[in-house]
Amino acid sequence: MISIPHERFERVLADPALQQAIYAATGRLMEKRREAVAPEALPDYQELRSQARRIKEHTLENLDYYLEQFEAEVHARGGRVVWCRDGDEVVDFLTKLAREKNARLIVKSKSMTTEEIHLNQQLEQRELEPVETDLGEYILQLAGERPYHIVAPALHKTRYDVADIFSRRLGVEREEIPERQTRIARATLREKFLAADIGLTGANFLVADSGAVVLVENEGNARLTTTAPRIHVAVAGIEKLIPRAQDLAVFLKLLGRSATGQPLTVYTSVLAGPRREGELDGPEEFYVVLLDNGRTRLLADREKRESLFCIRCGACLNHCPVYRKIGGHNYPWVYSGPIGAILTPQYFGAGHEPWLPFASSLCGACGEVCPVKIDIPKMLLLLRREIGRSLAREGKGRWERWAFRVWAWLMTRPKLYEFAGVAASALAPEGSEGWLTGLPPVLRRGPLAAWLSQRDLPLPPGRSFRQLWRVRSRVKRV
Amino acid sequence: MSRDHILHKVRTALGRSAGQPAAEPPPVRLCGPQSDLEARIERFLNAVAGLNGKTYRARSCEEVRDYAARLVDGRPAVASCTPVLTACGIHGLPGVRYQFSTRDEFQTACAQAAVGITGADYALADTGTVVLLASHQEPRMISLLPPVHLAVVPKERILSGLDELFTLLPRPSELTSSLVLVTGPSRTADIEQILVRGVHGPGEIHVVVL
Ligand code: SF4
Repeated sequence: MISIPHERFERVLADPALQQAIYAATGRLMEKRREAVAPEALPDYQELRSQARRIKEHTLENLDYYLEQFEAEVHARGGRVVWCRDGDEVVDFLTKLAREKNARLIVKSKSMTTEEIHLNQQLEQRELEPVETDLGEYILQLAGERPYHIVAPALHKTRYDVADIFSRRLGVEREEIPERQTRIARATLREKFLAADIGLTGANFLVADSGAVVLVENEGNARLTTTAPRIHVAVAGIEKLIPRAQDLAVFLKLLGRSATGQPLTVYTSVLAGPRREGELDGPEEFYVVLLDNGRTRLLADREKRESLFCIRCGACLNHCPVYRKIGGHNYPWVYSGPIGAILTPQYFGAGHEPWLPFASSLCGACGEVCPVKIDIPKMLLLLRREIGRSLAREGKGRWERWAFRVWAWLMTRPKLYEFAGVAASALAPEGSEGWLTGLPPVLRRGPLAAWLSQRDLPLPPGRSFRQLWRVRSRVKRV
Repeated sequence: MSRDHILHKVRTALGRSAGQPAAEPPPVRLCGPQSDLEARIERFLNAVAGLNGKTYRARSCEEVRDYAARLVDGRPAVASCTPVLTACGIHGLPGVRYQFSTRDEFQTACAQAAVGITGADYALADTGTVVLLASHQEPRMISLLPPVHLAVVPKERILSGLDELFTLLPRPSELTSSLVLVTGPSRTADIEQILVRGVHGPGEIHVVVL
């Protein structure tokens, strides 16, 4: 049996303040999303989801075509496309660029892709100074932590934590009011923006027919990052392509609403190439780094390819009962929650942290809220099957397979199944207030007890569903 | 080379060959619910107000100028050279600068300005959005660096929403290197989900419809 590393979660589970913070934040995001996609607010929400999924499906199935089209369009507008197989190639490119341009200070706007390749640490080792400018990311960079959530990276930090971090790292007076804390960040970062030579961003979308990078944000830091410095570099996974600028009408309607319940985020920038003739500002140089870093491996897997549809809205995290309990840092990679649980094993191999696809009740909430209709529960099952098979090859998990075989045999024999149900109730385990509290002596050891140690089960009812059904149909017939 | 390596892996994964055209993409989905202009203006102003923006409906160029004059109040301000601002005489207001010879001079002026004044290429009624296409007349920093942004929106530029915008501009990058949608004041909720306005961009936005 795959064991879930409960010990790791204990610290988070035992911290009521943190539990409250996660619950409140994700709860609010759920509420706002619900209002924003309600039929009164967005009557064609389901059609938009279907269209978004169709577009993603089509783009990935023809990805080489759109990558080349994108490249040609970027070049036509005076920008440059840089292809990188992995994080090292990105670091090499940026280090060389910085050296050539005599640049040291790099302002960055929030990007999960650069988190994925630990870009900041790598650049720092090469004597460069990357500065995160999204408020949440800035707090985390000062604290030396990775994002807790795709959309709300510092969700786990209280204003008191921020006060500590700012006074310790910036040498400012301790300040506990978020509004004033924001002022401090604004002033400090404003200087960085105006002094930086390179602005580094991710991309929410890459538009093939326009050679454009699309950035979605609320603070204005992505706009500053792409406006003030002389050079703009966008680092994006190859799966970020969409065919046409007109498709943005679909994706923009879904992204903000799914992420934070905003019909549109405060700023949406569609950027294509460096500044043009006669423009006073904007970057003089424009680079788009197209990163593979394992994506082509996912692409080859037809069944699970749809994991690449993800537009990183974070909705599946907010709605996941597991994420809401164990929090973001208990997931082993930068992508947490349901999407992290399916991406991590696909990027690193099923044997790496094999518990991830099993840490789910398969409640289906993630799949239901996903704006691009990724069937996350199905992906989890496919991964479970894969992991189960690889265990079988190693000769492990024999008992579990045997137990499920018995179960399947029983389930396909209604009479026997019913008898087993009656027998199980008759063994009458101990309980109180309708919940199971103990097991009959023979079962107190072994896998069933272990299974129950982490789960609450209701007591068997007086009469089974089948018995009730029979009574009902008898009454009806009369 | 990484380019060929990645493209090769993509093609192998998909069973495609170099130079193969793409299959027919799903038809574009753009709907055009046409409401009349008055209704759009109304909806736009309400949406901006709902985002904590300040709104004003001007009946004449003079009213626009008066509004701007009150807002700027003699403090340093930067204005773009877009025609609607010229027509309204914004450039003659005390404190307002609009001509710059170098980028550095322009950047410093924007960084020190109390108010930035722009036009609007389009506006979206559904969401209260001001659409700005960067150009030699409409640089990017005016709506970004000063703490207050005033956008003057000619009323016939107000569209219903994103669908109409992308119907009119199927490929915006042919017109501009930077299309920006501005929907309300800059904001964050990164600390304990508490809403704070004016993080990096303007914390205050004024929209005047002419
Ligand atoms: S998997 Fe879907 S719901 Fe989750 S972050 Fe990605 S797009 Fe959003």
